[in-house]
Amino acid sequence: MNAEVASVEERKQNLKGMGTARRRVEDARFVQGKGNYVDDIKLPGMLFGDFVRSPYAHARIKSVNKEAALAVPGVKAVLTADDLKPVNLAWMPTLAGDVQMVLADGKVLFQGQEVAFVVADDRYAASDAAELVEVEYEELPVLVDPFKAMDPDAPVLREDLEGKTEGAHGPRRHHNHIFTWEVGDQDGTERALADAEIVAKEKITYQRVHPCPLETAGCVASMDKVNGHLTLWGTFQAPHAVRTVASLISTIPEHKIRVISPDIGGGFGNKVGVYPGYICSVVASIVLGVPVKWIEDRIENLQSTAFARDYHMTGEISATRDGRITGLKCHVLADHGGFDACADPTKFPAGFFNICTGSYDIPVAHVSVDGVYTNKAPGGVAYRCSFRVTEASYFIERMMDVLARKLEMDPAELRIKNFIKKEQFPYTSALGWEYDSGDYHTAMEKALETVKYKALRDEQKANREAFARGETRSLMGVGVGFFTEIVGAGPIKNCDILGLGMFDSCEIRVHPTGSAIARLGTISQGQGHATTFAQILASEIGIPADQITVEEGDTDTAPYGLGTYGSRSTPVAGAATAMAGRKIKAKAQMIAAWLLEVHDDDVEFDVDRFVVKGAPERFKTMAEVAFAAYNNVPPGLEPGLEAVSYYDPPNMTYPFGAYVCVVDIDVDTGVTDIRRFYALDDCGTRINPMIIEGQVHGGLTEALAIAMGQEISYDEMGNVKGASLMDFFLPTAVETPVWETDFTVTPSPHHPIGAKGVGESPNVGGVSAFSNAVNDAFAHLGLTHTQMPHDHWRVWKTAERLGITA
Amino acid sequence: MSKMHVKMNVNGAEVEGLAEPRTLLIHFLREQLSLTGPHIGCETSHCGACTVDLNGKSVKSCTVFVAQSNGAEVTTIEGIANADGTLHALQEAFREHHGLQCGFCTPGMITRAYRLLQENPNPSEEEIRYGISGNLCRCTGYQNIVKAIRAAADELNATREAAQ
Repeated sequence: MNAEVASVEERKQNLKGMGTARRRVEDARFVQGKGNYVDDIKLPGMLFGDFVRSPYAHARIKSVNKEAALAVPGVKAVLTADDLKPVNLAWMPTLAGDVQMVLADGKVLFQGQEVAFVVADDRYAASDAAELVEVEYEELPVLVDPFKAMDPDAPVLREDLEGKTEGAHGPRRHHNHIFTWEVGDQDGTERALADAEIVAKEKITYQRVHPCPLETAGCVASMDKVNGHLTLWGTFQAPHAVRTVASLISTIPEHKIRVISPDIGGGFGNKVGVYPGYICSVVASIVLGVPVKWIEDRIENLQSTAFARDYHMTGEISATRDGRITGLKCHVLADHGGFDACADPTKFPAGFFNICTGSYDIPVAHVSVDGVYTNKAPGGVAYRCSFRVTEASYFIERMMDVLARKLEMDPAELRIKNFIKKEQFPYTSALGWEYDSGDYHTAMEKALETVKYKALRDEQKANREAFARGETRSLMGVGVGFFTEIVGAGPIKNCDILGLGMFDSCEIRVHPTGSAIARLGTISQGQGHATTFAQILASEIGIPADQITVEEGDTDTAPYGLGTYGSRSTPVAGAATAMAGRKIKAKAQMIAAWLLEVHDDDVEFDVDRFVVKGAPERFKTMAEVAFAAYNNVPPGLEPGLEAVSYYDPPNMTYPFGAYVCVVDIDVDTGVTDIRRFYALDDCGTRINPMIIEGQVHGGLTEALAIAMGQEISYDEMGNVKGASLMDFFLPTAVETPVWETDFTVTPSPHHPIGAKGVGESPNVGGVSAFSNAVNDAFAHLGLTHTQMPHDHWRVWKTAERLGITA
Repeated sequence: MSKMHVKMNVNGAEVEGLAEPRTLLIHFLREQLSLTGPHIGCETSHCGACTVDLNGKSVKSCTVFVAQSNGAEVTTIEGIANADGTLHALQEAFREHHGLQCGFCTPGMITRAYRLLQENPNPSEEEIRYGISGNLCRCTGYQNIVKAIRAAADELNATREAAQ
């Protein structure tokens, strides 16, 4: 007989499992300045690397003179492409099947491109010497406008590809063409458009932006020449993939490479790719035999280390006169810069852009994407986004408003009328995705009711009348946005990166005294994995979350995984965690039954213990079972209590949400005040409500930045305009409004715990809500669409064009 | 470049070292003193990740030469905790209210808030937002940071009143 048992509720509370707003275990070190980021690493004899970068967007390199740089005290080496060629590292493979120069080989293709790598005793000497490397350039014609990339007389950017008519993703029809990707029923879509009662057409650009995490990219490479082992610490969102790539391109055997992602100061997609700084640091460490650190500065980060979006979309949407959508067509011109370094699953050169039918039951659709080279930085990363889903969501949500305007219908009503219905799930979209679950009508109704949508429209009507009478200079806009995301890449059958299937993993060891460690193939960059994954396990195996250590990011100890981006950690690694936990539980059940001297089937799991069915006073706690696992297991069973799961998800997950934004625009200054922003998210089962809310706040703030101010733009010479925080808009606490969050819960039917992932939803859904609100403010004056970002100047120009400025 | 002898009081301890006069204070703190709490996010004094308290003012240490801070009194995040080793009310409040995610801006943010609450012990939400507008955060959207600072102000004021 055991002593009196605490109630189920008390025992659940003690576990701090799923659904608990558990305080983060990561925070104790961060609030004391004891985080360990890559620039905090200091090794004996460590040198610093710094780049010489191209001032030109397109130029031939006539010569590089290192002499003056090498004469600077403390300088140990200056590497150029010629130094990398003997080890076959002047070029590196990109994630998109292209190749990219590590250091400029004969020419440069974008401003800020890496030309030489200076290594010195400290960062000051390296920087001094970088200034003294003499590079002689011969300027070449610059290609900035992607719409001119495929002109017959456009300059040849990629001489290495000249004459190649076949690229990584099929035929190339021009020397600056990368690929054409298309999906859907072209003939059927054309017919639907031709036969339609109403067709709305719009050109929608999602400007080039940058994820700009507060910590820039960097690494420390340390080659131990005695045992041939390379250790590489860095800001890597996918450490195992980095290890495999490093092995493939360096020919160092994979077991002799250890990649460690320490604490990462935000990623947002910026730290998925492999950058020249990593390769140069490794080569320098091999050559010099000491550790080499490279940390880029902010301007380098914004100028050269990936970008996001730059999608130029032309859409046509057809409908019946009463607002039933009959077809959707989209062509995208994708500006990929000088090299195709997009971070998408291999088979998807335009990512999951074909989620662009959104939340609507659209019978037929067709999408085509042309990727082109220009003299801009390479990238095309998913900025808090699952592979172009932000572009797709922005496109369809703007198109819905454009169509609503043409139909003279309320945009919310048009959406509701065309939503995929609850009973249609699982739903296969016209462009081929199988949506797992959804209840869009309930979410939208809750959102509209909470914000008192009808009252807002009445107020807007009154505002417009007052404006017309000259009683106010402010216009009110209401933006409605509804999004469906596609996250959790992904099933190996269609998602891989460089041939590595996009599964993920978890390995659990339960210690004799009933605590445990779990290691995962993912890596937190602020998402709080150490907190939430322990909560999943606490609920699965009945060990309190506080007694479970979660460890990620060290390839020598963590099981292989594809990393954290595309909101895939919860859908994939979270599932692996639950599945590994269930293996633990299955073995624990056998041990418990043995200890209780009953058959396995006669015990059942009860929060934190196994009890004999029908005799609740007879039980063994998980702690008791854990100890027995190491000294008293049933005959024939191995001792120990460990499990590992490599989880290949059967499908992606489809989080969704309804957002409403209310703005007041001062037409004489263009200043847009975000009066209210309401965000309802449905991410399926909620693991930690506090963390979900925090993710939504952060994602909405990024969406605000993109919609209202962010842009990486270029002048006609290919000079980057404003690649510093002086110009690149990161909202402060003053511009950022108070966010209202809400939720519904529609679990994923195929995920072991029903969770869908939430990190990127607010960015995906937020941008269109802001943009719709700004456009809506001017809708009564005939405006259908203006391009982002909606900064004060552009908004004022819109007002001026409409003839309403003072 | 020749080096100068630098002396300052950092987190209550007298420290000294040799550094080029052009060395930025943030590099001196991080690399010579191994105080890696304050971070470098932009090097143009926009992001505030490097914020320290210099002679009683919040200062972005990425744009201060070590020569300018010779003889100064400096407090970094490592010196914010209470004398008995317990966490400062701000540090507790940031944990309690989920005022951080990746943690990179956190040391600068807390160090700034530490000075803000001395300048204004009872700030309104708007005053907090303006007060931390020199510190950028990419993760939290500020809402929980504002909440945490407000909660810490209440806590500190209650403690102060109880003591009086």
